[in-house]
Amino acid sequence: MSTMQAAKLLELENIGKHFGGLAALSDVSLSVRQGDIYALIGPNGAGKTTLFNVITGIYRPDSGSFSLAGAPMAGKKPSEMARSGIARTFQNIRLFANMSALENVMVGRHCRTKSGVLGAIFNGARTKLEEKAIRERAASLLDYVGIGNHAHMLAKNLSYGDQRRLEIARALATEPRLLALDEPAAGMNHAETDSLKSLLERIREDGTTLLLIEHDMKLVMNLCDRLAVLNFGKLIAEGTPEEVSGNPLVVEAYLGVQ
Amino acid sequence: MEIFLQQLVNGVVLGSIYALVALGYTLVYGIMGLINFAHGDVVMLGAMVTLAVVHLLSGSGLPGPMVAAIGVLAAIPACMMTGFLIERIAYRPLRSAPRLAPLITAIGVSMLLQNLAMMVWGREYLSFPQLLPAATYPIGGASISFIQIIIIVSSSLMMAGLSYLVKKTRLGNAMRATSQNPEVSALLGVNVNSIISVTFIIGSALAAVAGMMVSAYYGIAHYDMGFILGLKAFTAAVLGGIGNIEGAMVGGLLLGVIESMGAGYLGTLTGGAMGSNYQDVFAFFVLIVVLIFRPSGLLGERIGERP
Repeated sequence: MSTMQAAKLLELENIGKHFGGLAALSDVSLSVRQGDIYALIGPNGAGKTTLFNVITGIYRPDSGSFSLAGAPMAGKKPSEMARSGIARTFQNIRLFANMSALENVMVGRHCRTKSGVLGAIFNGARTKLEEKAIRERAASLLDYVGIGNHAHMLAKNLSYGDQRRLEIARALATEPRLLALDEPAAGMNHAETDSLKSLLERIREDGTTLLLIEHDMKLVMNLCDRLAVLNFGKLIAEGTPEEVSGNPLVVEAYLGVQ
Repeated sequence: MEIFLQQLVNGVVLGSIYALVALGYTLVYGIMGLINFAHGDVVMLGAMVTLAVVHLLSGSGLPGPMVAAIGVLAAIPACMMTGFLIERIAYRPLRSAPRLAPLITAIGVSMLLQNLAMMVWGREYLSFPQLLPAATYPIGGASISFIQIIIIVSSSLMMAGLSYLVKKTRLGNAMRATSQNPEVSALLGVNVNSIISVTFIIGSALAAVAGMMVSAYYGIAHYDMGFILGLKAFTAAVLGGIGNIEGAMVGGLLLGVIESMGAGYLGTLTGGAMGSNYQDVFAFFVLIVVLIFRPSGLLGERIGERP
């Protein structure tokens, strides 16, 4: 954790999102520094996943704006978000169940490669080289997350923990600047959570900024540099783990009024 | 036995054509859950464009096979463009509409194409000239003609190419991903719209070739030839398991062979009560029986998995 002024990667300004009369997000502003592990916490229904859906382009915010490395992003389509450098995983795992682990990761390479129909039909040398590079990069990402020996298994046949790792590998294949992880440790035991923690730390060391939604407080407090607390769609606290855990509003949101 | 072998040959030829058309239905269904009822009419367009080019070149003195090749090479891009436009104009605006809406526009597009073809090429049956050598070769008591060989070989090559494209290439990978989950594919940077466009374009290219084959084989082309052919190919796709590529190939071949056997044996089997003109009834009867026992088709384990 450096005390130097690190560059801001993701900046959210007054983001609002309503569903009918329900304010899922109101006036949320926060910024994530380049190279940080940033956590988003809050009770169920606080708006965390909605915020993920906004920054990955699934939802268009009703108000406010956000930027990635200074470039305005609000209103872009999901595929453009991915190309700009935002990738994500899902709370309920959403792999391509009937494709192999390797093929799942290869889909993630799609937006960084370009050979098209003509190349595929005429199968030129450039296309062959590119296809080979995609395959090799995907295989090395599977090794990176520790499931290289399962490359040819169908995604649906992988164990739960390995499916979570595969989702991370697939997201990394898009070469994200910001990797958004929605409850990566959900359903994991202590040992699995520990090894996930070291994987996430390694991803950060290798240059990717992490934004995660997580309910495992021990993991959050040990892993992240800063965190934000959402409750009923509003940001109620933001800061380092120490600052946030001492905040009376946070204690109230989690434990109820005493 | 000779009848059996001959009907098998005829059935495989017919089935190869069905399979090419069925692939167009199944590719589109696999990727967006839509039955593109205008697909049969794209086949008709392939035949008509080929025929128009053939007429244009009739006085040129070029050898027949070359004229046929030029004709189909003109039909392929014409059909690709048509398929692309159909999706852009008739289906894309309805992407998030209830499922019945694009089904109705599909029927509308089908009628539109038929009527346009009628205006351009008339209501008459047009005869397709004999461009390929009429030679036949004996195989074990039956015979196979040159054009039959061409149809079987070229459709096998195209199907092998399509399998390779879908299974082994970057594009095919993105197509399969999009068919399993378009939303997640988009989040991974796949441009779902262009994948859908490409799917229509590929299906339409296969349709163009099938259209040329069917009109050259039967020596005839007509503005509504796409209707019954499309219906048969759709049946083949359902028989094999719609959305499944191997299913469309197997379903197409099987339907062709069943129909052909029906034509060859129905008369004998029913003591003359039903002639070969009942072959369609027989084919659809088989479809119904298969669907009773395997509602998702022969290879169609994937149905019902889409959200």
